[in-house]
Amino acid sequence: MGSVAQSVYIAGIYEHPTRKAVDKSLGQLYFEIAQGAVADAGLSLSDVDAFYCDTDAPGFGPLSIIEYLGIEVRHYDSTDVGGSAPMVHLSHAAQAIATGKCNVALVTMAGKPRTGGRGLDTQPNWAVPELAFELPYAHGVVDQYAMSAMRHMYEFDTTAEQLAWIKVAASHHAQHNPHAMLRDVVTVEQVLGSVMIADPLHRLDCCVVSDGGGAFVVVSQEIARQLKRPRVRLRGAGEAIRDLRGGTADITSSGAVVSGATAFAEAGLKPSDIKYASLYDSFTITVLIQLEDLGFCKRGQGGAFVSDGKLISGVGKLPINTDGGGLCSNHPGNRGGMTKILEAVRQLREEAHPAVQVRNCDLALAHGTGGWLASRHGSATVILERV
Amino acid sequence: MDVQTLTPLTPVPPVSPETEAFWDATATDRLLVKFCNSCNKVHVYPRAHCPFCFSVDTEWRESPGEGEIYSYTVIRRETPPRVVAYVRLDEGVILLTNIVGCDPNGVHIDQRVKAVFPRAEDGPCVPAFVPASPTQELAYRRECQGAESHEKD
Ligand SMILES: [Zn+2]
Repeated sequence: MGSVAQSVYIAGIYEHPTRKAVDKSLGQLYFEIAQGAVADAGLSLSDVDAFYCDTDAPGFGPLSIIEYLGIEVRHYDSTDVGGSAPMVHLSHAAQAIATGKCNVALVTMAGKPRTGGRGLDTQPNWAVPELAFELPYAHGVVDQYAMSAMRHMYEFDTTAEQLAWIKVAASHHAQHNPHAMLRDVVTVEQVLGSVMIADPLHRLDCCVVSDGGGAFVVVSQEIARQLKRPRVRLRGAGEAIRDLRGGTADITSSGAVVSGATAFAEAGLKPSDIKYASLYDSFTITVLIQLEDLGFCKRGQGGAFVSDGKLISGVGKLPINTDGGGLCSNHPGNRGGMTKILEAVRQLREEAHPAVQVRNCDLALAHGTGGWLASRHGSATVILERV
Repeated sequence: MDVQTLTPLTPVPPVSPETEAFWDATATDRLLVKFCNSCNKVHVYPRAHCPFCFSVDTEWRESPGEGEIYSYTVIRRETPPRVVAYVRLDEGVILLTNIVGCDPNGVHIDQRVKAVFPRAEDGPCVPAFVPASPTQELAYRRECQGAESHEKD
């Protein structure tokens, strides 16, 4: 197979329990997630020799946070593709470990959108080539996802009820997560009855806004063998960029078409092999389109695939986001990729809540969509295996 | 009918040498697109080079500014609600825009639309679209004139 991934393991994970970090600086959140992840692996911060973060980390690239933590690294990467960055970082860390550039890679993400901690850019950067042709139309992130949903409904007769089932499934899982922001089980009727934000997306079609973050530790096979932790191996990874392509794009699909196929090919697996999936759930439509793009169902059939509780652990055939996901539990820093990887590792370790633990969960997938579904986004897929 | 406010669309982009001709044209109610003489394709947003074949042999062409709504959403968080959309020009490309001069609740995919050029207070006019019926366009133009005469008061 020629895969560099298959000798690399996730040895430690940590999700910060906070959802509103009133009394902590962003730096403190980074320290706590870093400390938490290395401790979970049975390592210490002095063992870390590679560091990964996105550009929401305060400072110039990774420099300030590396200094703040006090770690010394020989490899680093601050590739930023929004919420899909942690999947990309995992893949890049695996490549670096496989080629001997490092042995213990710490991948982090934290943010404080609820309580501040990062100043907003006030001046548009007009050097961004598309900006003059988009910013005047004054639309937000949710409007991009709404336009994908609207077109998907038009082309495939997808319904608002079907999208609502994705939120319902998340709420069924979140009731078991003591850290989840929204723990009440909701019904399809409640989703459809919540205020309309951007047609056809209601308030309950949108993820939470939370402070917090998480981290994981990627190690070489040699180190994984020394640690007394369940072994979770990276079996395949893929990344892609989707954009408007000069005005020829199809906004009912995403970069997951490419990143998913790449990851499955590298893993030598197919979608039906996957026991659990963590799918990016910035909005309900994000999940539905990823299910189609990753090959869990045929294009246009996502609506039927998600209906009637089919995503609920113990009920449906493909449990997703058993921590409650971004829709109910946590979407720290407006980026959901980290928590997706963490819950996939918990499932593979059989450390998910017993009420949502998937039986014999040996293969899991985590996918991120970072950016704007209907224009440009980074897509990244990772396939993890318990060995 | 809940006719939307047409101006100002903010923030207003500055003009760069690469796209100056585009903004010069919108000031006279014309929509330009970039055409590639090498592969004969139209692209948006306009670039000096062609993003399909990478040729720099591109030229401006005037578009009739007609097309249909490819997708849209109604931004319900604003009062009054506002429509952001992708319009597919008859040339085949989709571009981001606003649908203005009509009731947002009547907007639908495949609706025929035509470009209009709302006046911003500073800087270039930004193309938007109205439903392509003579009465809609007339209503839109009357409202623009009303807004302009009001500014002179
Ligand atoms: Zn060309």
